[in-house]
Amino acid sequence: MFTRELDTGVITLAAVLLAAAPAGADGPNLGQPISQADLAPWDLTVMPDGTGLPPGGGTPAQGKTLFADNCALCHGDDGKGGIVEPVVVNNPPPLNGPGSVKSIGNFWPAATTLFDFIRRAMPFTEPRSLTDDQVYALTAYLLYMNKVISEADAIDATSLPRVKMPNRDNFFPEFPKLTPQRP
Amino acid sequence: MRTNSEHLTADLVAGNGLLHRRALLGRGLAFAGAVGTGAGFATGAAAEPLREPDWSLVPGDAMPPYQVPSAFEKSVVRLIDNPNSQPVISHARTPHHLLNGIITPNGLHFNVNHGGVPAVDPSQHKLLIHGLVTRPLVFTVDALLRYPMVSRINFLECGGNSASLFSNEPVQATVQQIHGFVSCSDWAGVPLAVLLEEAGVDPKATWFVAEGADAPHLTRSVPLSKAFDDAIVALYQNGERLMPGNGYPMRLFLPGWEGNMNTKYLRRIRLTDAPAMTYHEAHTYTDPLPNGKSFQFYFIQEVKSFISSPSPAMGPKAPGYVEISGVAYSGTGRIAKVMVSADGGASWGEAALQEPALPKAFTRFRMPWRWNGGPAVLQSRAWDEAGNVQPTRAEFIALRGQTKSPATWPQFPSHHFNAVASWAVDSKGEVRNVYA
Repeated sequence: MFTRELDTGVITLAAVLLAAAPAGADGPNLGQPISQADLAPWDLTVMPDGTGLPPGGGTPAQGKTLFADNCALCHGDDGKGGIVEPVVVNNPPPLNGPGSVKSIGNFWPAATTLFDFIRRAMPFTEPRSLTDDQVYALTAYLLYMNKVISEADAIDATSLPRVKMPNRDNFFPEFPKLTPQRP
Repeated sequence: MRTNSEHLTADLVAGNGLLHRRALLGRGLAFAGAVGTGAGFATGAAAEPLREPDWSLVPGDAMPPYQVPSAFEKSVVRLIDNPNSQPVISHARTPHHLLNGIITPNGLHFNVNHGGVPAVDPSQHKLLIHGLVTRPLVFTVDALLRYPMVSRINFLECGGNSASLFSNEPVQATVQQIHGFVSCSDWAGVPLAVLLEEAGVDPKATWFVAEGADAPHLTRSVPLSKAFDDAIVALYQNGERLMPGNGYPMRLFLPGWEGNMNTKYLRRIRLTDAPAMTYHEAHTYTDPLPNGKSFQFYFIQEVKSFISSPSPAMGPKAPGYVEISGVAYSGTGRIAKVMVSADGGASWGEAALQEPALPKAFTRFRMPWRWNGGPAVLQSRAWDEAGNVQPTRAEFIALRGQTKSPATWPQFPSHHFNAVASWAVDSKGEVRNVYA
């Protein structure tokens, strides 16, 4: 807050890119080319539009069992909180300033964040150990427990990016000039 | 010729004993004389007779290949909250009250690790650049070490630094507990723009998504313009390779921007046309406001300062001369001015800024003070070269809000706190955190 933004936005970038052609001609050029297939095992990013979501799917019911087995030790039974903050919170948006308990249903703007984060980072002691179907099922369970989807809703690469998060319209960038928007 | 007491009067610049900063440059001698003869603050007790100490009578120890601080400095350590590596986030806070200058020693740099400190083998670590590029590339550590490098002295601050000052009641905590998530180092590495240009940037790219090789595969979205401003892939910290807790063997370094975005153990950069809305940008470092809206993409760590000495448990030992000292910094540029108050903001005097005052770096400020042994409230307030001013706490919480019930110092009620902080000094020289 209160900070004046410097003009280091898109215009500057475009000018640099024009000046830089041909790309890397004079650089050391010590990078090794790699194919899309060979880099795929590291490409964990899931975008809000669903780009990067793998095949597969899961349901809240499947996720309930997985959560009890893999997650409840830290996140508490039914995600109500344990040694870490709760992932299931019943206070609806909007939140009310500092100290608010932020969680999936009352805060997150994009449902894809769930899949992206669980796949890359969870369970804490054994990341990357879940199958994509298991990640989809846990995503479905947490969206259901946070009252974002119904118990009957299955989650896959098509349905997940279509989930409308309740708090999605309550965000604005602190530094708009520095924050590129879609054209 | 003026008397010592006339010097004293002339050197007062603000209420409750703040002296002109020229007292730091030798004019303080006049003040010292005044204390000894007129004000009665000095003890006046004669020093003990001198003798040779034991360590001057025998040769000392052999030199270790990598030296560590004196055994007498063993209390100068980071504050660790997860020593047994429980499956939760781990924090290590810098002991600002025991340091001076602008460079944080590598062993004392703050750390926040979201999944422990990984043991990355540099011979196997790789950096992948892909997405909206002409040709995806993989760089080894050895390859990056052959690139032309730049080095800069920059602060690095966690978005959660000073977060306990969002509490509606002042927490009782030290400067290390409150402000320990900021440090300043000389960072050296390869400009990210050079690597991106070799991969060939698609004109549609506006963001990049960075990812680490730690267990949580921590990932953040960064506007691509930062890569062509001053971002580097950092390999060295204060002259030596990065500390493990700071991202060995390489990290993204974004001068002046929120610590968590400076992805450690950097292994992947994907150019995109939108932010990925990763966990840490969707959840952790997005700040709810009292009006129900939330600040998102809070990149810049804004102009800020705090007093490191005196501070809680480091209060003045006796009335008389006290140097008030601390650090000021801004994610927008150089520090232009720091003002200090000893009366809770009723009056202010300009502090001396220690050279060098570098952009997006700690600037050490110093203010001479004649403590009369009575109550005082010490504050510092910084201005940067862009004209930004550190807000008062009242101005800050009017927009950002505060908690409805008291928080404790390890809690993070919100993030990105940069308002003026206040230390109250009582007649015993004890210091505590207050709001003023």
